[in-house]
Amino acid sequence: MKKYFKKIRPYITLLVFAVFILVSFVFQFQPGKTITANFTDSLIEMITFIPFLFIIVGLFDVWVPKEKIQRHIGQESGIKGIGIVILLAMLQAGPLYGAFPVASMLYKKGASIKNIFIYLGAFASLKIPMLGIEIGYLGIKFTLVRTLVSLPLFIGIGYLMEWYLKDKNFVVHEL
Amino acid sequence: MSTNAIIYIAVCVVLVIISFAFNRQKTLMGLKRGWNMFKNILVPFLTILILVSVLLYLIPSSIISRYLGPDSGAIGLGIAAVVGSITLIPGFISYPIAAGLIKQGASYTVVATFMTTLMMVGVVTLPLEIKYFGKRVAITRNMLNFVAAVIIGLVVGLVL
Repeated sequence: MKKYFKKIRPYITLLVFAVFILVSFVFQFQPGKTITANFTDSLIEMITFIPFLFIIVGLFDVWVPKEKIQRHIGQESGIKGIGIVILLAMLQAGPLYGAFPVASMLYKKGASIKNIFIYLGAFASLKIPMLGIEIGYLGIKFTLVRTLVSLPLFIGIGYLMEWYLKDKNFVVHEL
Repeated sequence: MSTNAIIYIAVCVVLVIISFAFNRQKTLMGLKRGWNMFKNILVPFLTILILVSVLLYLIPSSIISRYLGPDSGAIGLGIAAVVGSITLIPGFISYPIAAGLIKQGASYTVVATFMTTLMMVGVVTLPLEIKYFGKRVAITRNMLNFVAAVIIGLVVGLVL
């Protein structure tokens, strides 16, 4: 029983909502109908672009060899080094805490302090799948402005962290 | 259908055709990967769409524009930055919320700050971050990113 519950738990909201829609329409419950209309609008909005976005991301995944970039990353310095860590970050997916293990890998490979934090910044705000969803929901203008303002700021944070940690024995632990 | 959708579908079709011409097997693999990613987010995504629909109905837009609108000033900015820092909402789910907020009268400054703290500052994940970087570094990073998020919000609001 407990195992069964665990299996259906993610679907409970959907089930309850389906019942709610049904009841709203049977009893002509006006708020329910308005909510349903809201939901239908956002569902259509989502279903008309998200699946296509993920197909694009999937193709990207197959054609751009993330592992290869990862292998070559490390000691490059200057603009090239920054460019490579940002590119690597853009190809990732998932929440920020998923970036910490990669940061520790970068550290082990000898990447500079600055580049490690630039990687985290780029990971948080420039991931390609997320940019795709952001453009879909908030528009290209919002996405572009936010990205262009963020970029110099987290590069600046990278420099700041490096300056601050320069002779402080900085390590990234491996868990 | 929105222009967005048309652009995405067009880009998608073109890329699939090009990819297919170069390598059939790789293309199929990519399609499968994309489909799996979509499948993985589908249920959480639908759940959040439901919650947003209900909340947008329950919370009148007058309240949202009062506390998160263009005239909300430091209060709106503060709410956005703090809520964004302490909540742990997966990125893809936060976009429909952000779009809903804007539709209901929240300002671009507020939404950009909220999104940025959500992505770059993590109070809940701080213990984990400390394990990797140590206390001093983790806290410094989060504080710097918090400040950056507020700057980003303000500039985005200024430009848009």
